Amino acid sequence: MTTEVAPIVTRRLAAQEPWTLQSYLSDGGYGALRKALTMPRQEVMAEVDRANLLGRGGAGFPAGRKWSMLRKAEPVYLVVNGDESEPATFKDHLLIERDPHQIVEGTLITAYAIGAAQAFIYVRGEFALGLERMIQAVEDAYGHGVIGANIFGSGFSVDLVVHPGAGAYICGDETALLESLEGKRGFPRIKPPYYPAAIGLYGAPTVVNNVETMSNIPWIVLNGGDAFAALGTETATGTRMFAVAGRVNRPGAYEVELGKNTFRDLVYDPKLGGGVRDGRELKAFVPGGASSFWFGPERLDFSLDESKVKGEGGSMMGSGSVIVLDDTTCAVRAAWRLVRFFHKESCGQCTPCREGSGWLEKIMRRIESGHGRPQDLELLMDVCDNISPGVSWPSRWPPNMTTICPLGPSIPPPVVSSLGMFRDEYLVHVKEGGCPFG
Amino acid sequence: MARLTPENVQRARDTISLYPVARSALIPLLHMAQEQDGWLSEEAMVHVAELLELTPAEVYGTASFYDMLFTEPVGRYLVSICTNIACLLEGAYELLEHAASTLGVRPGSTTPDELFTLEEVECIADCGRAPCLAVNWRFFGDVTPDGFDRLVARLRAGELSDEVPPHGTLSRVRRTVGLPARAEGGRERR
Repeated sequence: MTTEVAPIVTRRLAAQEPWTLQSYLSDGGYGALRKALTMPRQEVMAEVDRANLLGRGGAGFPAGRKWSMLRKAEPVYLVVNGDESEPATFKDHLLIERDPHQIVEGTLITAYAIGAAQAFIYVRGEFALGLERMIQAVEDAYGHGVIGANIFGSGFSVDLVVHPGAGAYICGDETALLESLEGKRGFPRIKPPYYPAAIGLYGAPTVVNNVETMSNIPWIVLNGGDAFAALGTETATGTRMFAVAGRVNRPGAYEVELGKNTFRDLVYDPKLGGGVRDGRELKAFVPGGASSFWFGPERLDFSLDESKVKGEGGSMMGSGSVIVLDDTTCAVRAAWRLVRFFHKESCGQCTPCREGSGWLEKIMRRIESGHGRPQDLELLMDVCDNISPGVSWPSRWPPNMTTICPLGPSIPPPVVSSLGMFRDEYLVHVKEGGCPFG
Repeated sequence: MARLTPENVQRARDTISLYPVARSALIPLLHMAQEQDGWLSEEAMVHVAELLELTPAEVYGTASFYDMLFTEPVGRYLVSICTNIACLLEGAYELLEHAASTLGVRPGSTTPDELFTLEEVECIADCGRAPCLAVNWRFFGDVTPDGFDRLVARLRAGELSDEVPPHGTLSRVRRTVGLPARAEGGRERR
């Protein structure tokens, strides 16, 4: 049974026109900013540290720790990542369109805590309505006196610019996003330096946080980090939004308490996914976005705790997307489509990713279309091993890398998982010269 | 199909003023040029380069990286059909095939009347309503083949011109706050 807790980031989404300043103010909006500005910066940071808020973008790095890693130099920048593009992930899209002021308030509080006088919200270019709502929110927030000079008479001043992307999955990677924000091609930066906290935007120390992460900040400031940490479990605090997609009765984005709930709750709870469509059987599910290793039905009772999903499960909750495949789904076709995505979105800097993704896509396509050869199964694993050395089934976390950014090791999971779980299905494709699912 | 209009040059200068480093305004300026002409002409990109003190190659290098920026003309309506995993499971390829037959063009091409460009795209983050598509980045969900034909008919009849602005227009809300103060007539007060 899903635990019943009051939602945090989605609590206003069903309100009437929740994106307006009026609606936000009537729910106590910008009260958290007012409170934060009366606190010393270190205390705001300490509350977020106590909350143990793990980044909600995909990497799951503790937000408080990220802030405290900033190199001591002036200026520092804050960049909010709203470039949500991971296949079947659609939670930030909702937050941007329906509660932009919550993101703005979280951003302003964070800017105050880290001492940034300039913040950017990078919104995926395709989100036209989201951009309109976000820019309007900044206009109205400025008029209300919460952006600009000497906010609430505190002496703190900050500007906030909404920046549009232009269509590139790779810009969700924080260093590629910074390149894009600098007006360049979205090429992830060579490491080291490992963190933008040392060298980020324009070479200055920079915090990059996800939209959902920012949306949690006002609640944490108002209610305290301990109240947030009291939700969930010790290793998985608070709530999180999950986008449940694929063959379920109620695809949608749902906020649930972490740690105490399971993937089964997300898929089968009548208030959440509502079960597999048409009474079919669940064949497998992708637990954390296209880049994650797949789980079979025996893993449905895994709790929503990133440390367990990685440690015991060898996969990740990643972007918070759960894709349900039922027994009418062809595993080869599903995996092929994900590989094709990575091939298209590879930025082309690193050979294993650029070439490997193309080879995998071609081999998968020929198997699916009935032209595969028995030795192709070995060939697929060999190419995967060249992209992510040692990759195997059952999977282990984290995968090894041969590339600048994590897009490389994101390519093998759909191939290795589908081959590991449904090898027979591949063999039928090869032997019968076609897809048994038609 | 030309350089930016005087009004857009002013908008461009305002946008540049928001950033600590001018080049950061490159993608917003390219969107602006695309809003003006529906696509990015060479003259527009050269003008953007002048405004940012970049070389035309630097501008083209960035423009050519991003899927939303077109350096060739596209139709008034860019129809972007998602075929990624969540939509695939709900018949996206069948929808794409149907769309190609309704519009009479292959994905990646434009109708002879220059009204529609059809393209297959990656996940557009509207998977709760799969299969989904966007027209000039305005989203439509749970699209059936019949629903697609009705949508096309309404676009042709101009019934959706409020909801769906011409290709290139992203945000119809423009930033007005925190810009450099100006005297009457839009001239900068330096």
